[in-house]
Amino acid sequence: MDVATLTASLQLAAPEVMLAVGAMALLMFGVFAGDRAAMLVNAAATLLVLAAGAAALFYVPADGGEAFSGSFVVDPLATYAKVLIAAMAAAALVLSSTYLQNEKLAKCEYPVLVVLAVLGMMMMVSSRDLIALYIGIELQSLALYVLAAFNRDSLRASEAGLKYFVLGALSSGLLLYGASLIYGFAGSTQFTEIAIASGEPSIGLIFGLVFLLSGLAFKISAAPFHMWTPDVYEGAPTPVTALFAAAPKLAAIVLIARTLFEPFPVLSDEWRQVLMAISALSMGVGAFGALAQTNIKRLMAYSSIANMGFALVPLCAGTLKGVEGMLIYMTIYVVTTTGIFACILAMRRREGMVEEISDLAGLSKTHPGLATALTVLLFSIAGVPPLAGFFGKLYAFIPAIEAGLYWLAVFGFLMTVVAAFYYLRLIKLIWFDEAEQPLIAAPREANLIAAGSALVVFPILILPFAAGPGLELISYAAGSLF
Amino acid sequence: MNAFLLEYAPILIFLGIAGGLGVLFLLAAHLIAPGDPDPEKVSTYECGFNAFDDARMKFDVRFYLVAILFIIFDLEVAFLFPWALRLGEGGAFVFWSMMVFLGVLTIGFIYEWKKGALEWE
Repeated sequence: MDVATLTASLQLAAPEVMLAVGAMALLMFGVFAGDRAAMLVNAAATLLVLAAGAAALFYVPADGGEAFSGSFVVDPLATYAKVLIAAMAAAALVLSSTYLQNEKLAKCEYPVLVVLAVLGMMMMVSSRDLIALYIGIELQSLALYVLAAFNRDSLRASEAGLKYFVLGALSSGLLLYGASLIYGFAGSTQFTEIAIASGEPSIGLIFGLVFLLSGLAFKISAAPFHMWTPDVYEGAPTPVTALFAAAPKLAAIVLIARTLFEPFPVLSDEWRQVLMAISALSMGVGAFGALAQTNIKRLMAYSSIANMGFALVPLCAGTLKGVEGMLIYMTIYVVTTTGIFACILAMRRREGMVEEISDLAGLSKTHPGLATALTVLLFSIAGVPPLAGFFGKLYAFIPAIEAGLYWLAVFGFLMTVVAAFYYLRLIKLIWFDEAEQPLIAAPREANLIAAGSALVVFPILILPFAAGPGLELISYAAGSLF
Repeated sequence: MNAFLLEYAPILIFLGIAGGLGVLFLLAAHLIAPGDPDPEKVSTYECGFNAFDDARMKFDVRFYLVAILFIIFDLEVAFLFPWALRLGEGGAFVFWSMMVFLGVLTIGFIYEWKKGALEWE
């Protein structure tokens, strides 16, 4: 590789290079300064992640291109995902500062691990090669396994970390097995080469594709690969769960879209069947599983399973509008879920954090602002018009209907109704029940992020001056897969 | 014998020498070494675990840590060998690729050292 190609490649990968070098610098600073500097490292990591997002938007050449012999690609889809990932990860880092100090978990490794996970996610959305894809996924997953068990003196957190690790390793095995079959039958790991080879698909290639898709479904916690989600969400420290619920899901689903549309356009009939099964199962498991939950983090875990099902509905159409619908849905979902977790982080009594749904009772009397924000967010995620979540579901179901998948759209609609029950139950608790013991004042950053995300969900996103350019941007991003 | 198999002749010779030397040393140790055995000397190891024991025993997690840290540098060396063989052909890019890799490993090494992972007590 000569100097000019290398420079061009590094310029395209500038956000990733920044994150990698920054993570190492922060680690060195943190280990020499000790845990007293943990909050400083946290602030620096937040700025670093935001700077990487800004670099993806402004520094990387706007017309994008391929880097590192075609295994790394920068296109509008990757840039869009990277900016959103950086924003959500930065929000999760901001949310974690008060929590970590209160729980005596303020260690300098925490922000460094988050930065490394973000680096992995950015690799994932930019990969155009099975090996780059795997490296991105593993970098993200390994950092997240450790984060799940970050409160290592807690039995539940250790259990969460171990479960996540063992099942994650299993899913990586499935994924690698699929990747090796694809390599064996297509003769290349590069997406462009696989696309050429899959012109005459063999049974081995389809087999590999199904395994690859199963491995990826683990990463977005779609049913039937969702078993780890409730335990991990419940056991992990709450700010880590806030991170889990947003950025990695977005990265993995963008990766799924790229891995299906770029190398396997010919096999679309085959992978659409798999997606339909996964999508319908996730919607069902998520909607019915959440009904009996009393822990709000477990409830959000089932909610995220259902939401992944909804986000896969438009992809089942296999069209440009489908990718658009998925991006619209995911954008609204990650903003909403981060806001809801900001509200969960505000649930604190004098003796510590509380996580039961019943602890929300009477929130409207003690914390009217927080109660309003949480209500807006819950209405949005339930899909009640005129909030953004409703339009997200609308744009998710339309491509499926246009592709003739009426049964999937109707099933999705029914599951929305079932899911609305548990969101409305929360709202009833907040507004109509009496508090046994009021929560203490919420940390400022949790209030800010909850309010900010509630404002984005309603009314900013549905105002014409934001919605118009937003939709144009998303359809421009989705267009890079075709 | 055909030319293809002749290419493997050095390996055959090497195997013979290695086997011969091995037998020679064993025999020499048996014949000329001073022998004064006691139970500690003839057991497999003088430290670490018993070789034959219940598999479900407790063992110190520090062994595990040392093993993990060892594996990283073991793999690093496995990586360095093919790199060293091809270094002459690749030029600066190949050289600096490995230097970046070693730099990342060094960061990790400084971290584990500073955290006290290498201290047994």
